[in-house]
Amino acid sequence: MSDGSMTIDAAIVSADAPRRAPQAHGSRRTYSAYALVTPAATLMLAMLLGPLAGVIALSFTDYQLGAPHFSWIGLANYHDLFADRVFWIALRNTLTYVVIVVPGAVIAGLVIALLIQSGTSLRSFYRTIYFLPVMATLIAMAVVWEFMLHPQFGLVNGLLRSAGLPAFAWLQDRSTALYALCAIGIWQAVGFNMVLFLAGLVSIPKQLYEAAEIDGASSGWARFRLVTWPMLGPVTTFVVVISGIRSFQVFDTVHVLTKGGPSKSTEVLIHTMYTEGFEFFRSGYAAAITVVFLVFVLALTLVKSRLADRGVHYT
Amino acid sequence: MSHSHPIPYRAILRHVLLIAGAAIMLAPFIWMISTASKPQTEVFSSELHLIPHHFALWENLREAFAKSNLLRFLINGVIVTVSIFVLQIMVALPAAYALAKLRFVGRETLFALVLFGILIPPQATAIPIFLLLHKLGLLDSYAALVLPFTISVFGIFLMRQFFKTVPDDLVDAARMDGISEFGIVWRVMLPAAIPAVTAFGIFSVVAHWNDYFWPLIVLNSEQLRTPPLAVAHFRNNEAGTSYGPLMAAAMVIISPLVIAFLFAQRRFIEGITLTGIK
Repeated sequence: MSDGSMTIDAAIVSADAPRRAPQAHGSRRTYSAYALVTPAATLMLAMLLGPLAGVIALSFTDYQLGAPHFSWIGLANYHDLFADRVFWIALRNTLTYVVIVVPGAVIAGLVIALLIQSGTSLRSFYRTIYFLPVMATLIAMAVVWEFMLHPQFGLVNGLLRSAGLPAFAWLQDRSTALYALCAIGIWQAVGFNMVLFLAGLVSIPKQLYEAAEIDGASSGWARFRLVTWPMLGPVTTFVVVISGIRSFQVFDTVHVLTKGGPSKSTEVLIHTMYTEGFEFFRSGYAAAITVVFLVFVLALTLVKSRLADRGVHYT
Repeated sequence: MSHSHPIPYRAILRHVLLIAGAAIMLAPFIWMISTASKPQTEVFSSELHLIPHHFALWENLREAFAKSNLLRFLINGVIVTVSIFVLQIMVALPAAYALAKLRFVGRETLFALVLFGILIPPQATAIPIFLLLHKLGLLDSYAALVLPFTISVFGIFLMRQFFKTVPDDLVDAARMDGISEFGIVWRVMLPAAIPAVTAFGIFSVVAHWNDYFWPLIVLNSEQLRTPPLAVAHFRNNEAGTSYGPLMAAAMVIISPLVIAFLFAQRRFIEGITLTGIK
């Protein structure tokens, strides 16, 4: 059970399946059932579903924390948002980040998984090393990366200089800052994707490779194209969507390293939401940004479940 | 493959590529340890060297602990992550049992809501929960750090999946023995579900030990800071002057999880993957 999406799909199926007939003394047990689910159901309403409805409702108000009154203003927040240059910059930067980090982290994760799985030696050694960044507190490692990217004393520029290449002020230069954050994002996500791909690779039946070999697929590339890649389809979909959703949430590195600068070149949606909502306390406006963010994340999820449904046909 | 190519050639290429990649993955960790071990004069030298000429790790660690109350922040991290995990289990386990083994009106709806809840990213609910905690006067407290995470729909989902595999006979036998439904959850199902609980525990602790977004929003007081906030504050106050102690602080903050991971990496990886939906 390495693939969360598959488990969920399986769960939906089993929830629809017919139940066994109810057993005797049901009423006392039913009473117990409600007692058992009440804390969870209450907290779900208070901390998840209520707030979700709340954020949508707030996005139609001009509520500001500390203001004496607030009123319904319909779509005004959205009008303001769509007229705001910073919002479009943040959206474009977020999409750029997603478009760079997702392929980077997915392809690197796949290649590393294939390399690890193609031999037998040192598998768990490599797996451990590549997974290490997933475990390490991102904020702490972001601070380390910042020092590595230091214009004068950093490792990266030091290596570039010793190779005779020009150095950059990576995080202070508006033409490189977002890409530096993308690099950190890929570095952090690769190990997680690698593990998901490894789990996918292990589950491919050996006979398929034998069959392909009999059919004349002798080269490594032919076996990859004919067996590995199609069999990894569902896992790949899952990895791409999960990477996409996580990249949409990029915040930690932005907040601690660049604060969205220089000149908004690293401003991203969640950072804009944080600034508006928790520094300026413009709750209604920040809620509208959150709704836009939610729409993107839910759209990605929808794409995943569509593709996962299609995937069933060839597994 | 062994027919068409000599094996050593392929194996060597595999190791060369994997080691090159591993060097990139490890570079920040190595550079962190290297910088944390260097005195100020060596940190601010544009000449690259990995091994410090003068070993200053203890001085840097001492300075990090002196400039920032790191021990306190680590304890905060433990208090918050352990409280979250214990409460998550106390809330999720009974619900998961009921969803897996009991029949009641509204069960399908509740389960559908659990599945829906998994799709909601934590940032989406931040503003209303912040306003709620503000109304309740709970901002800037341990409660503010813990309360929003006491419900883990993913935990409910994972445990329910696991409980489905526990035989009904076991539950019926416990009922014959006169154990209440509540007792069954803790005395029959919990022991059976230890692997799933462990996997979920790893996921929960990793996620909340490393979380930056929520503590940043709800905390003001220095003495409540969690480890990630502590590093961020250290950097903001000291950046540009004391990279050695800053790297030492970063080392201290990541070490509890990283050391645990190095000791039990297989379990960690399985745990994270199993629960990696978030």
